[in-house]
Amino acid sequence: MNGAPLLWLVPALPLAAVLINLLLGDRLGRRGVGWLACGAVGLSFAWSVLSVLRLAALPEAQRAIVETVYTWMRVGDLSVDVSFLLDPLSAVMILVVTGGGFLIHVYSTGYMAHEPDVRRFFLYLNLFMFAMLTLVLADNFLLMFVGWEGVGLCSYLLIGFWYERPAAAAAGKKAFIVNRIGDFGFLLGMFLLFAWGGTLQFGRLFEIAPHVFEPGGAVITLATLLLFLGATGKSAQLPLHVWLPDAMEGPTPVSALIHAATMVTAGVYMVARTHVLFQLAPVSLEVVAWVGAATALFAATIGLAQNDIKRVLAYSTVSQLGYMFMACGVGAFTAGIFHLMTHAFFKALLFLGAGSVIHAMSDEQDLRRMGGLAARLPWTHGTMLMATLAIAGIPPFAGFFSKDEILASAFASGHAVIWIMGLAGAVLTAFYMFRLYLLTFRGRSRLTPEAEQHLHESPPAMIVPLFVLAVLSVVGGLAGPPLVEGGHPFARWLAPVFASGVHEAGHGGGHAAAPAIPVATEWMLIGLSVLVAAAGIAFAFRAYLWNPETATRLRERLGGVHRALLNKYWVDELYEWTVVRPVYHTARAFWRFWDTKVVDGIVNGVGVTMEGVSAVLRLFQTGFVGTYALLFTLGVIALFLHFLRP
Amino acid sequence: MITVLFVAFAAILVVSSLLVILHRSPLTSALFLVLAFCSLAAIYLLLHAEFIGLVQVVVYAGAIMVLFLFVIMYLNLGHDVESGVTLVLRRGLGWLLGATLVAEGALLIAGRLAPGPATPPALAGAAAGLGNTQQVGLLLYSRYLFPFEITSIILLVAMIGVIVIARGLRAPASAEAQAASAPAVAAAAEEAPGEDA
Amino acid sequence: MIPLSWLLLLSAVLFCIGVVGVLVRRNAIVIFMSIELMLNASNLAFVAFARHLNSLDGQVFVFFVMTVAAAEVAVGLAIIVNLFRLRETVFVDEINLLKG
Repeated sequence: MNGAPLLWLVPALPLAAVLINLLLGDRLGRRGVGWLACGAVGLSFAWSVLSVLRLAALPEAQRAIVETVYTWMRVGDLSVDVSFLLDPLSAVMILVVTGGGFLIHVYSTGYMAHEPDVRRFFLYLNLFMFAMLTLVLADNFLLMFVGWEGVGLCSYLLIGFWYERPAAAAAGKKAFIVNRIGDFGFLLGMFLLFAWGGTLQFGRLFEIAPHVFEPGGAVITLATLLLFLGATGKSAQLPLHVWLPDAMEGPTPVSALIHAATMVTAGVYMVARTHVLFQLAPVSLEVVAWVGAATALFAATIGLAQNDIKRVLAYSTVSQLGYMFMACGVGAFTAGIFHLMTHAFFKALLFLGAGSVIHAMSDEQDLRRMGGLAARLPWTHGTMLMATLAIAGIPPFAGFFSKDEILASAFASGHAVIWIMGLAGAVLTAFYMFRLYLLTFRGRSRLTPEAEQHLHESPPAMIVPLFVLAVLSVVGGLAGPPLVEGGHPFARWLAPVFASGVHEAGHGGGHAAAPAIPVATEWMLIGLSVLVAAAGIAFAFRAYLWNPETATRLRERLGGVHRALLNKYWVDELYEWTVVRPVYHTARAFWRFWDTKVVDGIVNGVGVTMEGVSAVLRLFQTGFVGTYALLFTLGVIALFLHFLRP
Repeated sequence: MITVLFVAFAAILVVSSLLVILHRSPLTSALFLVLAFCSLAAIYLLLHAEFIGLVQVVVYAGAIMVLFLFVIMYLNLGHDVESGVTLVLRRGLGWLLGATLVAEGALLIAGRLAPGPATPPALAGAAAGLGNTQQVGLLLYSRYLFPFEITSIILLVAMIGVIVIARGLRAPASAEAQAASAPAVAAAAEEAPGEDA
Repeated sequence: MIPLSWLLLLSAVLFCIGVVGVLVRRNAIVIFMSIELMLNASNLAFVAFARHLNSLDGQVFVFFVMTVAAAEVAVGLAIIVNLFRLRETVFVDEINLLKG
């Protein structure tokens, strides 16, 4: 309770908004609900800023504030409190979550203006904010898991917001179930850690970890792999990535907030938070890096062929998350978190911009029916161009700095193949993002006449957040320029958190020290990244603007490949046949036998037994006084027998 | 001498009470019950309970049995018609239980009791020359005063209850009901001797 | 003097006759009369003990029992009359409204 008192206000304010909405939402009206929701998040953001400033005021070595709200449970050896931890890492997270969240809430008031059930929307959105903030501020695994589950629940609720649409309902279910599989891993990992470590609290566990767990041993490897399984589910990595593209059925602000900027980053945050444990298990770190790299490349290839504007962005998100995991896997946790932050800016902007386009096009989402919107939607066009440049990795936009740092770390740590995969992914990213940009905003207009008629720029409530995010996408990267002696500002800020890693050498753990590569190599790597990005952009321009037939010819020549990409490598179908159907049929069989025959049989049997017993007992109630007198006398005789006993 | 008298009266008592429960006509049963009460009164006299014995005749045989007889005649009951298997079963069971009870009672008494002194001790209060009634009266009005007063309340309650019950649910009480309740009230009011409630 | 055991045996026999009467007879009035028999049996026991323990308290008790018995008979007969009016019968096995 020092330094930043009332830290719990940060998650509590959105929760209060939820409660007020629940109880008084009807009376507030559409505008009232909007003000309530945005206000709560806005206040939460302000309080976060205040708290982070207070944190920064502390000397570097003491930048970790733990505020215990109350004791949750003390059962035997297990002792869990509801307590919040504010250190540089969670500071970054709460600023991103509340700041981005606030902008998206404001945007939603404009986007959802025609939605009748806007009260429910903001209810869920605020509930999500509460859960996410609990997740990132949690001081121990169990509280983090509460937030973890909470965001999963809100994701389900929000994806399936328009629940009357079968596709949306199915997508919500899919998201929740796939998440659950990941959560299973998280739980098991948590159990293992508790069984060996005796505590779930981060600080204590990380302190004793090197002594309790044998470095590189089976237990810690298994535990961290299980935790990573949870991260895979939450952050949509291979093989649990299948829910994220389907999640685009939800409203676009939801996609922006949950499936771009915050919830999906929870996995990355978790790995970064528990980096001490991961660093004790090099095998797990390798797995993390490879899964990240593979996902990055895999998703990028799929993104090439998608025709729905939101699907492209969804696969792009999966791909960029892969980059973040790649960074963590090679030990560059700071780079991973940096990319998390910049990605939040430009991906949220991309989604909100896409939402603006969709809104302008009267809910048209197919790229093939867009085109030439640059002149008609100037603000949307301008901001989205900024975001696209950022994600493509063009300096001095934000994405360049973070992506470059990741690639440099991969190279520096000796993971050559991973570096190449990352580079290839960068090319593809630049290509498909500019493909999206060109198909939407430039070139010939392919709009339908009705869409043409209703085309209009979005209201200020939607444009202002776009503008703010665009500014952040441009300047956000300057917090982490390369080749700074002693590490750039962002790395220095996060140093206290990651410097407590065990293995510093070999994986470049933390970035308290400068990367272990010569300056010349660094410049070469920077040049290479920019080059490949430019190449990707150039090819996109050629294929989609200057020489449109190129795209068609490519598609025909590589028809098989294109089909595979369009169908997402048929992963969903594979899961459907190997997992979903067997489980479903097993469940049905169980229901047919166990539930209807055994369980219902027992319950009904109890009823029938009672009836039978009472039918027998009823015979005593003859209604004749004589019978009663008879029984009476029998009783008296029995009593006498007692007195007769010697 | 007393023993002989006692045995005689006891025999009459037992036989008449058996006939009470065995006879088919309720009227005859009532009359046998009167006989039983009178022989019981005689036994009381043999036991030097003169007051009680006479009260037995006056109240039980004189008032209560009259009430019974009145109701039997009022309801115009004929012979009981008894038939059916369940009836036989119930009867048999009833007799069996009764016999068992008697046997138990006999065993209890035989096992627990000493024969008692051969010569009777002097009667308490006999030296003072007071009669039985006077002695009972003295006891009643001193040590048992409270129960005495409570008994009067019981009688009052009974009177009220009888009137309420006999009147039935319909407000206009039928003439028969009035006639039925009036003697009942009269009889109940008569019996408590020395009563001023 | 009459032995106590004889008196008590007589009382027991009288009581059991009353019990049998309650169990065996159908007619409500006869059942009632059997109940009176039982009451008298207990009265006899009281008087017997009063004689043998040389105290008059037993007789006083009999006094009270008789009073209560009288009240009870009055009320009971009123009930039976009422019942007869409602159901046209005094036979207890024809009255089983409380059958479960």
